[in-house]
Amino acid sequence: MVKAFKRHSDTILMLVFIAAVLAGPVILEPVGAGYPDLLQKFAIYGIFALGFNILLGLTGYLSFGHAAFLGVGSYTTVWTFKLLSMNPLPALVFSILAAGLFSLLIGWISLRRTGIYFSILTLAFAQMCYNLAYSVLTPITNGETGLQLSQSDPRVLDTAFGRDYGAVLPASDLFGIEMTGYPGFYFCGVLLIICFYIALRIFRSPFGLMLLGVKSNQNRMNYTGLNTRPYALAAFVISGMYAGLAGGLLAVTDPLAGAERMQWTASGEVVLMTILGGAGTLLGPVIGAGVIKYAENIFSAFNEGTLQSAFSFLPEPLQHIAVSITGLFVGEGWHLTLGMLFMVIVIFLPGGLMEGVNRIINLFRRSSGGGGEGTAETAPQPAE
Amino acid sequence: MFPAWMLETMDAILLQVLNGLDKGGAYALIALGLTLIFGTLGVVNFAHGALFMLGAFCAVTLKEILSWEMVTIDPTQKTAWGTPLEVRTPYIEAWLGDAGSFILDYSVPFSILFAIPIMLVIGIVMERGLIKHFYKRPHVEQILVTFGLAIVLQEIVKSVFGANPIPQPAPDMLSGSADIGAFFGLPANTVVYPYWRMVYLAFSGVVIAGVFAFLQFTTFGMVVRAGMADRETVGLLGIDIDRRFTIVFGLAAVVAGLAGVMYTPILSPDYHMGMDFLVLSFVVVVVGGMGSLGGAVAAGFLLGILQSFASMNEVKSIFPGIDQIIIYLIAVVILLVRPRGLMGRKGVMEG
Amino acid sequence: MGILSVKDVNKNFGGLRALSHVNLDVEEGTVHAIIGPNGAGKSTLLNCFVGRLEPDSGSVTFADRSLLGIRPYQINQIGIARVFQTPEIFADLTLIDNVMIPAFAKRDGDFKVNMWRSVANERGVHDKAMAMLEDVGLDMKADQIAGQLSRGDKRRLELAMCLVQEPKLLLLDEPTAGMARADTNNTIDLLKQISRRGITMVVIEHDMHVVFSLADKISVLAQGTVIVEDVPEKIKGNPKVQEAYLGGAHL
Repeated sequence: MVKAFKRHSDTILMLVFIAAVLAGPVILEPVGAGYPDLLQKFAIYGIFALGFNILLGLTGYLSFGHAAFLGVGSYTTVWTFKLLSMNPLPALVFSILAAGLFSLLIGWISLRRTGIYFSILTLAFAQMCYNLAYSVLTPITNGETGLQLSQSDPRVLDTAFGRDYGAVLPASDLFGIEMTGYPGFYFCGVLLIICFYIALRIFRSPFGLMLLGVKSNQNRMNYTGLNTRPYALAAFVISGMYAGLAGGLLAVTDPLAGAERMQWTASGEVVLMTILGGAGTLLGPVIGAGVIKYAENIFSAFNEGTLQSAFSFLPEPLQHIAVSITGLFVGEGWHLTLGMLFMVIVIFLPGGLMEGVNRIINLFRRSSGGGGEGTAETAPQPAE
Repeated sequence: MFPAWMLETMDAILLQVLNGLDKGGAYALIALGLTLIFGTLGVVNFAHGALFMLGAFCAVTLKEILSWEMVTIDPTQKTAWGTPLEVRTPYIEAWLGDAGSFILDYSVPFSILFAIPIMLVIGIVMERGLIKHFYKRPHVEQILVTFGLAIVLQEIVKSVFGANPIPQPAPDMLSGSADIGAFFGLPANTVVYPYWRMVYLAFSGVVIAGVFAFLQFTTFGMVVRAGMADRETVGLLGIDIDRRFTIVFGLAAVVAGLAGVMYTPILSPDYHMGMDFLVLSFVVVVVGGMGSLGGAVAAGFLLGILQSFASMNEVKSIFPGIDQIIIYLIAVVILLVRPRGLMGRKGVMEG
Repeated sequence: MGILSVKDVNKNFGGLRALSHVNLDVEEGTVHAIIGPNGAGKSTLLNCFVGRLEPDSGSVTFADRSLLGIRPYQINQIGIARVFQTPEIFADLTLIDNVMIPAFAKRDGDFKVNMWRSVANERGVHDKAMAMLEDVGLDMKADQIAGQLSRGDKRRLELAMCLVQEPKLLLLDEPTAGMARADTNNTIDLLKQISRRGITMVVIEHDMHVVFSLADKISVLAQGTVIVEDVPEKIKGNPKVQEAYLGGAHL
């Protein structure tokens, strides 16, 4: 009975999610986020965090190196654009494959250790990739300038099909639809929906249950006849492929790939998105990614002028103080806010926003005495 | 006496060993604190690099304070424009005369005195205010909260001191270079080594020796070492662990801070230097063996030297880019071959 | 020859001789208890059965297959399940999930990427797990989080997790350690039922009450070696056993 209801509620969850993504431009209009560039970011980082959550939320392994896969995805996409075609589909397929292979290699080595050792190993690998991208691999990555398209790129497939972009730098297009603006967003959005569906299936599958077992008690897993390492590796590779797709999409919407995308701060960001939304929940990471990208967009757009007008209702000296204090947290200081947010979330709400929502729901339930199953997955307590 | 090629190789090797030592010293000092915190408190402190960076900025701050200038107008002299000449003298010179100039010149070493109390306070506040509440929480959360703290600290420093590196001169007398080669019987000026790097090396040696002596010869240190070996038993003995944890954390903060203070003439401090060193120091700790003090020191120097060898042109021409990744590569190999690190013990942080 | 056979096993830790010339033969379908004073080497011996420790010499075979040099999960896959001193369960999963995981392990082997099926559609596994919970009297709590159970219930759950795999051999490491009398008696009854299903059991136990209620045969281990192996009635009066216990630190 309960199971049947649960299945039903998954369908509802899926439908609501699809509706929310497709209606994104309208829904987010009132908060000033209804424009395609930002919406694209929501979708792309949503995919990144969804994948990361398959590793962190299900197996409990904390990777500090996932930005490397994001970077690999971006480079692969730009190279596919340059060599084959401006169509995003082959580029993304190659990105997913490249990131998958890459994560297989790094995961195979890193997963020989657990806990903190694993985190440090992934961090070391990511730093290694970042350093290499800036030095020896410059022929592939174009170093500090970043990898860009150029008019003289061969684009073998495009040429074979007689597509000529003329004397301008081409933008990526899906059979003639340019991947910028709203079409770009809907392309990312559809992929986000597909990724969400896959994540949902994984969460509900025996495989997902095994991953939860890995997180909960590895010793018991071993004595239950389960080989934990390939399970963790499979989760690692899946999340790496998600990251590769996200990296590829970043390059599809803006055909440029730079090494800074691989820096460990970027890895830290996806950790934060996942934790903020709620590791181990389905919706949490997508929401976390949205909140962070939205906040980044808002906070970094502020400057002294906007602050002054915001505090113009205050008397002059107070206005001055208010501006200089808030000035620390906005614009260039956005990272300070990010760091604070990080700490506050971990200290007060380690289960993330979804846990907060569940707490509130439970509060209401208790007071009204009602029951029923929430649409969202209730997160198991984070454990090691 | 020696054939020329041999002399050249010896030069090169000696030079690289020397170059690696001071960097190794910094790694060792940071890693020492990391592993100390880790072994006693069981906390993975991602903000430890930030402590190193704060130490460096203690030196910057002191230098700033010392350089506050008194502006006097000398009516007897005129500038080229005919206005009276403004004479700017740092207050400290005006008040203390030559002693003042000496202090100003030696601001970096003097910063040690300035940094010890500050770092101690920072360390204690950090432990009491934040870390303490995370002893019982999962490692993932410890990592995340200290990671957040590291970002906050570095962003605060950035907003105060700006994003650009602020060079700190070594004292005049120590800013030259020593002809080490001549000392070893090599031709003059083949192997030169800045005095300050020697100072740093000696300094890190002294601090490391001090920490070890403290842990070895004091009752307090004995308890700390016992705690690293077996936390539960020490807890059962009814020893007030809490206070000791705070002191250990403070000590580690001071060690990291001093490493930062003295490193400023070698590397101009900027706000993200902490993170750059942190990642490497973690690798050092892992290579040395989590919770092993000797391992941290040995691995620190070892990796410093190897990194400096890897940046030789001869090596780079064989393995391009090796200088960028050597440390990580070694960490990976060590973890695969000796999963507990060079001197790691069984059961630390496993599972 | 029995289903589990230990031949001339030796194990040294540094200079310390933990096991010396240990021989053990467990008959299929019986409950075999290993008792002995503290530090006699009981846990070391158990760890040699499950791939956690490698003996210095000797052999451990299960149904004519050597257990040496293979990993714990492989040992489980050939039909040996283990119960720990402190129950090892999936503390943050529901009871039904706790039992379904071993059931999947039994059906799908040590690794399978089974990500397109839904757990909710796995009726067979679910019903089997549910029936198992019923057997240990926990079916009413199937949707609770396992970490919230009492110690006695955790032990039951752990037994259910082992039994759902239909093991040929069940290893129990002090299954009633730290339990109140009532819980202990319940556990004894449960273990008796399990034994009646024909599952071979090896029990390591301190509590003589438990041992004498359950065991078909008892091996007494002292200072790393088996001093007596006999049926319970004869163990009670054996002077060697009394000496081992009185000479040891146990009484």
